[in-house]
Amino acid sequence: MNKYKYRKILKKYEGYLFISPWILGILVFFLLPVGYSIYISFTKWTILGKPVWIGLDNYSEIFRDKSFYNSLLVTFRYAVFAIPLGMIASFTIAFILNSDIKGLSFYRTIYYLPAVVSGVAVSLLWRWILDPEFGLINSLLAMVGIQGPGWLSDPAWVLPSYILVAIWGAGGGMITYLVGLKEVPSSLYESAEIDGAGFFTRLFRITIPMMTPILFYNLVMGIIGSFRKFTDAYILGGAGNQGKFYLVYLYENAFKFFKMGYATALAWVLFMIILMLTLLVFKSSSLWVYYESEEN
Amino acid sequence: MSASSYNTNTVNKRLRSKKRMELISTSLATLILILGAIVILIPLVWMLSTALKSDAELFTNTSFIPRDWAWGNFSKAWNSAPFNVYLRNTVFITVSCVIGALISNSLVAYGFAKINFRGKKVLFAVLLGTMMIPGSVTMIPTYLLFAKLKWIGTFLPLIVPSFFAGAFNVFLLRQFILRIPNDYSEAARIDGANEIMIFWRIIIPLMKPALTAIAIFEFNGKWNDFMGPLLYLRKEAMYTLQIGLRTFQSSNGMEWQSFMAASLIVLAPVMIIFFTLQKYFIEGVSMSGVKN
Repeated sequence: MNKYKYRKILKKYEGYLFISPWILGILVFFLLPVGYSIYISFTKWTILGKPVWIGLDNYSEIFRDKSFYNSLLVTFRYAVFAIPLGMIASFTIAFILNSDIKGLSFYRTIYYLPAVVSGVAVSLLWRWILDPEFGLINSLLAMVGIQGPGWLSDPAWVLPSYILVAIWGAGGGMITYLVGLKEVPSSLYESAEIDGAGFFTRLFRITIPMMTPILFYNLVMGIIGSFRKFTDAYILGGAGNQGKFYLVYLYENAFKFFKMGYATALAWVLFMIILMLTLLVFKSSSLWVYYESEEN
Repeated sequence: MSASSYNTNTVNKRLRSKKRMELISTSLATLILILGAIVILIPLVWMLSTALKSDAELFTNTSFIPRDWAWGNFSKAWNSAPFNVYLRNTVFITVSCVIGALISNSLVAYGFAKINFRGKKVLFAVLLGTMMIPGSVTMIPTYLLFAKLKWIGTFLPLIVPSFFAGAFNVFLLRQFILRIPNDYSEAARIDGANEIMIFWRIIIPLMKPALTAIAIFEFNGKWNDFMGPLLYLRKEAMYTLQIGLRTFQSSNGMEWQSFMAASLIVLAPVMIIFFTLQKYFIEGVSMSGVKN
């Protein structure tokens, strides 16, 4: 009898038991830090000693901070160029791979490779490739008689350098596009062909509209990703603070200058920016994202 | 009579021109694919080529083919910093995290996929919501939390969070478990099995492909992680390969052949896993991006 009762109680709560690791995680590693950080962002604190309450001073300082605007500009400019270019590159590749080309898995492996290899090793590789004197790119340019730029040492060429690295690694998104392309019903293409629709009509009237949810997903992820850029920005750097991405600036404030309160306020501003951007993309999505279920 | 022969003639002509168009477009497509593949591979080939050049030819020989084939660069680079220690630390952290991620994520995903409880929908929405918030927002407060716990300078901040399930992994595994039919579990339940037994005996074996994908993602993420170790590790004896590579580079100036050799060794396990297990990799990525 007792055993039965015990079982019944267990049965009632077993769902919570299964998800308890996540619940604990969210409480300890998410809600607790988030709550604490709201408080910290209103204080002046150098880790040594106690946080001193200064109200909104950190936030008003942020809006007067030239370096903050610089890091924001660096991150935004990168996102504006790198995300669309990367999306076009990987969509084109996926589109080509989706036709009856021989060696699909071979190409897929190669194009996905840059998404797998990351970290310091690859950042070092790019530093070497972009070396103004002995790097691969400028050596190749010298062969055709062009004096290559100082890539990371010339402020004007820092952004193009980062865009180059981003496009090289864009193949990661290709797989989701490929899956999406396979799910476009072939009946749509068949009836379009009967109506005499050409290649570009089919591409712009069927393929791209059907792919908008996936393009949308990748756009949101790309925006968030550029505000998360750290390892290559830290290793590659870049002249004239042109490589100082938002997260690098935040890191420096916290762990180089030990301005914990200020850095936490920067993190909250970052959160608000991401939130606004994501909402903006979501709101605008009804204009250009097509969901099959809406039609039914 | 003449009209019909005219018709077949134009139809034939049209067919021929269509075939020709197809041939042109296929060859153009193949050309783009090959060019793209070359662009992807060149940096990696250049990496290998640099690693095999001798000190003397590094700045004089710009060709891809090394003159001296200095295979000794690999052992020289590896031995000029305590890379063996870095490797041991990295393997320890990575393996612990993979174990933690497998256990915690599969439990949570099963709970969300197959058990009904009050508030499940709300909690799952919260889970999806946390996916949108980048870790950089919680980075400093989490650091402060670990500082309070006196965990700075230990491996704990790098390992323990993996035992508490991550939103992305839970989402991916849940999608997979939802596709497993309930028949097996129902039969087992009639035989008196409880949820843990069903989870362990029936669901886990069926989940192997998805679990493999999770293990690979976790492995890759932790192996390549730079920021975590940068924040939390203090002593050189505890450094990971990523931090080791960075310090090796900043203390050795322009020895690009050594950096590239060491980098290649660090990348090797990730590449080997990708090439051997890419089926699971690609399935995992496919599952995550579609039908959101």
